[in-house]
Amino acid sequence: MQPTSPNFKQNAREAIADDPLQAALAKLAVGFPMRRLEAAQRLPEFEDLRDQARDIKNHVLENLDQYLEAYEKKVTDSGGHVHWCRDAKEARETILDICRKAGAKTVTKSKSMISEEIAVNAYLEENGIEPVETDLGEYIIQLRKEPPSHIIAPAIHLSKEQVADTFRNAHIDLAADRDLDEPRSLLEEARAKLREKFLGADVGLTGANMLIAETGTNVLVTNEGNADLTNNLPRVHVVIASIEKIVPTLEDASTILRVLARSATGQDISVYTTFCTGPRRPEDLDGPEEYHVVLLDNGRSEMIGSEFHEMLRCIRCGACLNHCPIYKSVGGHAYGWVYSGPMGAVLIPNLIGMEEAQHLPNASTLCGKCESVCPMRIPLPKMLRKWRERQYKAEMGSATARWALKSWAWLAKRPALYRRVMNAGVALLGQFGGQGRFKSLPLASGWTSKRDLAAPAGDTFISQHHKGARGDQSGALMRKKVH
Amino acid sequence: MSAREEILSKLRSKLGHSNASNDGNAALKHIQEHHKNLIPRRGSLDKAQRVDLFVQEATRVNATVVRIQGFEDVPNQVSAYLREHQLPAKIKIAPHDNLKSLDWQQKTSLMVDEGRGQGDDGVSVSVAYGGVAETGTLVMSSGPQTPTSLNFLPLDHIVVLEADNIAGDYEAVWERLRAQSGPGKLPRTVNWITGPSRTADIEQTLLLGAHGPQRLHILIVDPSES
Repeated sequence: MQPTSPNFKQNAREAIADDPLQAALAKLAVGFPMRRLEAAQRLPEFEDLRDQARDIKNHVLENLDQYLEAYEKKVTDSGGHVHWCRDAKEARETILDICRKAGAKTVTKSKSMISEEIAVNAYLEENGIEPVETDLGEYIIQLRKEPPSHIIAPAIHLSKEQVADTFRNAHIDLAADRDLDEPRSLLEEARAKLREKFLGADVGLTGANMLIAETGTNVLVTNEGNADLTNNLPRVHVVIASIEKIVPTLEDASTILRVLARSATGQDISVYTTFCTGPRRPEDLDGPEEYHVVLLDNGRSEMIGSEFHEMLRCIRCGACLNHCPIYKSVGGHAYGWVYSGPMGAVLIPNLIGMEEAQHLPNASTLCGKCESVCPMRIPLPKMLRKWRERQYKAEMGSATARWALKSWAWLAKRPALYRRVMNAGVALLGQFGGQGRFKSLPLASGWTSKRDLAAPAGDTFISQHHKGARGDQSGALMRKKVH
Repeated sequence: MSAREEILSKLRSKLGHSNASNDGNAALKHIQEHHKNLIPRRGSLDKAQRVDLFVQEATRVNATVVRIQGFEDVPNQVSAYLREHQLPAKIKIAPHDNLKSLDWQQKTSLMVDEGRGQGDDGVSVSVAYGGVAETGTLVMSSGPQTPTSLNFLPLDHIVVLEADNIAGDYEAVWERLRAQSGPGKLPRTVNWITGPSRTADIEQTLLLGAHGPQRLHILIVDPSES
């Protein structure tokens, strides 16, 4: 898809005025963090497992060349085929080629972020093959021609009324006056429609939550079971996965699975965790006759050893989205591409370029919540700052902001002067802010047009410290004065 | 240069690795050793407690569980389940020795078909490879007697699980499977199933029975049960 990331500010403004989206985000902001916390508290070893999950992926990334070769050998040994692809274009062409050789008319798909990244659906359609998304949320947004707005809940921005309208427009063979008031009736309609597709598809295209080098296996995690009908029923199973999805062994996969669902939905484990290895065996009664893995680089090898190396540990659980004050205000579409939230703000500039995505690393308060909940302990705020540094060096952003940063940096490097200026500024603001707050302030209208700015109460921290004022007393004093 | 060579050589140069088959390949060594990582203590229990934990966890995620003394009790249990849910007296069973050998005709009036799953199957009965007490998870392994499609196509899935095959943690099941399949090999499909199918994709409302079964019923065969 064509990124709308350059329009982040406009996208965000529209998102804030979108009522169904705001209702959904309000629900998400409470539900997901609460369920994650409960799941973490039920497992005393959770924090230690996060450390181990991080260490496993660090080890993989340090030896990624060797792991990819070991993995490839096992896929081949079990009768499958590995197709290496440098970029999105090669991956799309490879998938089309496999589909054509299979004589495919319909391809069922289970949710895959990489397939969104390479925009394979549009490409298959252009070439006369019908791709059908089977995850309920993905199916809804495919009908609406929208990108996912959340990694694990792609249609979270829609109300049930919007879904009902979408189904009425798409399923024109059904009675126009049918009852679609409740989520249950929407689900049942989608289940019946998609069941026909599952049974008729020639190729099943899935992603991979992990690729296991020990056995040449791809792991699929879902709650609906759609990935299973996708990989089991058609004659050909194609897996699309990026190179950093590798984990070494079944034990290592198990460790990561213990933190994945808990971080994502707050389940101890998702309903279906599936391990696919090669095509069906001669004596099997079902399963695909062909098994292909499209192994995609698309910018990952460039990230190895860079400042964004640690981003390659990401397992796409969505916890950083669910805990991010920016994501919870504007939702996923504002970010303008396939990914969103803190992980998107770090990853998108790597994949589509810093120029296109320049607003995203700045759309953060750097509150640190994302890093504190990331199961793989990815230092997202640190990497967002790296992008800001790069933008400053590349002379991007507004001249005023750059001038302000430069002046502040000049001042901050001169501690004595810095304190004098701060003391004077604080005293001045304190004197004029008699009511405890400013309703408007010159040069700060960006802030005060939306809310009051609290006036400083008393001296700066450093001067209070020098005077020997203790935390309790001065803290109490400050609170009293402000309120 | 092929895409494969280009990607690998880029990685090698970034990682400072000399070539493909250098000595002391860290990846192959790690794979061969396949150390266990930290295993949560909750599954480290004796057999009776393990079965209890499995039942507790499976029930927590909306599965229903009944304990029986032997496979010979399966037909009556299936029959009772169909009656309870007012389902047609028709089932598809996995072509598994332990199910085929049962006296379905004598004990029930069910229409019993066997084979892989089909789109119109309503109720299936299959046999689990094992269970994991830690999360109440069933482990299904594909093979000629255990087709995977039976786990997903019907709306009601009944699974027979032997209590002896309930392990404390996932790692114990991998050990068993690895010993059986040989190092570095697995059956075509291994499914971990934890409760019936669900979705929350419409307004974050939890609904059971998205694409897979809406109900998951587990019969635990435990001869020590009285």
